[in-house]
Amino acid sequence: MFWQMVKGALIRQKNRFALIALTVALGVSLAAAMLNVMFDVGDKVNQELKAYGANITVTPKNSALLKDVYGLEAHEYLNESDLGKIKTIFWTNNIVAFAPKLDGELTLVDGSKIPAAGTWFNHEMTLPTGETLSIGVVEMKSWWKIDGSYPANDTEALIGQKLAAEKNLHVGDTLKYTGGEFKISGILSGGGDEDNQLLVNLSAMQKILNVPGKIGSIEVSAITTPENDLARKAAANPDLLSQQEKEIWYCTAYVSAIAYQIEEVIANSSARPVRQIAESEGKILEKTQLLMLLITALSLLSTALGVSNLVSANIMERSRELGLLKAIGATNLGVILLVLTEIFIAGGVGGILGYAVSLGLAQVIGTTVFGSAIVNNSAVLPIVSVLMVVVLLVGSLPAIRMLLSLQPAEVLHGR
Amino acid sequence: MALLELKDVSMVYNGKVRALDGINFSVEKGEWVAIMGPSGSGKTTLMNIIGCMDKATGGEVILDGIDLSDVDADKLTEIRREKIGMVFQQFHLVPYLTAVENIMVAQYYHGLPDLNDAMTELKRVGLEDRANHLPSQLSGGEQQRVCIARALINYPVLILADEPTGNLDEANQNLVMKIFHELHAEGHTIITVTHSPDVGREAQRCIVLEHGRIKS
Ligand SMILES: Nc1ncnc2c1ncn2[C@@H]1O[C@H](COP(=O)(O)OP(=O)(O)O)[C@@H](O)[C@H]1O
Ligand SMILES: [Mg+2]
Repeated sequence: MFWQMVKGALIRQKNRFALIALTVALGVSLAAAMLNVMFDVGDKVNQELKAYGANITVTPKNSALLKDVYGLEAHEYLNESDLGKIKTIFWTNNIVAFAPKLDGELTLVDGSKIPAAGTWFNHEMTLPTGETLSIGVVEMKSWWKIDGSYPANDTEALIGQKLAAEKNLHVGDTLKYTGGEFKISGILSGGGDEDNQLLVNLSAMQKILNVPGKIGSIEVSAITTPENDLARKAAANPDLLSQQEKEIWYCTAYVSAIAYQIEEVIANSSARPVRQIAESEGKILEKTQLLMLLITALSLLSTALGVSNLVSANIMERSRELGLLKAIGATNLGVILLVLTEIFIAGGVGGILGYAVSLGLAQVIGTTVFGSAIVNNSAVLPIVSVLMVVVLLVGSLPAIRMLLSLQPAEVLHGR
Repeated sequence: MALLELKDVSMVYNGKVRALDGINFSVEKGEWVAIMGPSGSGKTTLMNIIGCMDKATGGEVILDGIDLSDVDADKLTEIRREKIGMVFQQFHLVPYLTAVENIMVAQYYHGLPDLNDAMTELKRVGLEDRANHLPSQLSGGEQQRVCIARALINYPVLILADEPTGNLDEANQNLVMKIFHELHAEGHTIITVTHSPDVGREAQRCIVLEHGRIKS
């Protein structure tokens, strides 16, 4: 009987209930799409930030200048012996990893040239303090995928996957160049420049280039405090800070402060934060996410208002019929249950519709605004379902109050 | 003991409109009483009080041994469901349910809906062939007969009808009055409200209201 009544009401007032369903569908589609985009874009940017790995690069002072201003490749080097000093700065505990790099070229026996670089893979290093540490790209580039293994000595090399494909090289093959040969110990996929490079031990590269004890640059990965106005001012020029400001800045783990301290210990060097762009991107992302959250909240609020209007009008129209139910013995709870069931069925249909639409909407927003497809987050469906129930309940509150105060004696005698 | 007893019942709306003032009467089981009086004399107000849709502001109403003046709203709903069958001047039916379903709704809120019982009651008012029609497909007289069938379905101890023929033509009025006569003959207790002397005469006894008081 209950369901017969629900069915009858839904069918007879299908326009009104369709409107309720549509209102809910609109709200849900917008909310679900926004949440999906928000979660997915957040994930993507975080991955990107992580992929940067290093957040400070240290290069020879003059080479940086020459390269930036004149576009010249200058043969300036840093000293390998200075590397350990990085672990002596004030923020030493914030330095997670670092690795030296020496870029060069190899001329193969067939006359072609390939980019090559020397670095530390997992280098045992004794610090000036006497501690020993293992330092290098193994720790710093944790996302690198190696097919095979890292080079164990100066005769082995890691080859980037693109270069390996181009030269048709596999793990175990030998790569002959004008000054000798390397055995390929592994194939590297890292997603960056390294995919087109040959990576060898730093000492091997130093021999090839004939620059003993020299390195081209250092990549440093440090845990930093988010930038604020003070940090930005300092990054522009630390000398403009007042004594007190400078102290605060120096003793806070801003990326610029850490870079500054590295410059202090490495002779003739220029240390620069490389993640600045990514970080400001992160900030914009945070604001965008906040905006999306706001849109979600507002769309749900307006859905609640819309539903409450529609439901109230519905109850008002049916006050006689509902008063009659009370007169023939329905309790308040019974009538409220009946009306809520109708609303939830209409709302549920709208919700399902809205969720389906949101999946498409998320892709549209993803591709037009962020230029990437959105992976739908499985948490969105339960979140949106709960929100929808809350919205429907809140939207029904005025109607429930009307139902409670509905007096059968008043509506039935047509006063 | 009388089935219904009113002692010095009064009803004041909003603290100023005195709709009923010192009403005393009783109705025995099996009686058919008509309440008459001009418009505004308090007939509907009295019906609402007896029918457990409203509470008197003064006096005592005792229905089937229960004092209605000291029960709460939920209990009042329950008593109404158990003991009263109501018929209104306007034929109030749920518009999207068929004739037989409208009767079953009353069963549903009382206990269990039963199609056979509902059909039996429809047959009594001569509408068994209209069971699956919607109210909009029935004439006024037929709708009112469905209302009477609904009022009877839960075996009420008292049938209350407020101007049951007020909106009907003469032919339908006679049909409805015939049903009331049959119900009375079966031993039902009936109170009908009317301002028409013709209808009032059909009852065993008349109570005439004027300005909220009993005139005779
Ligand atoms: N809910 C109410 N609020 C205020 N006044 C009412 C209400 N119901 C009835 N009245 C007043 O009480 C008096 C009796 O009304 P009613 O019982 O409807 O008379 P009848 O049914 O005999 O026409 C009238 O003056 C009417 O205006
Ligand atoms: Mg009246």
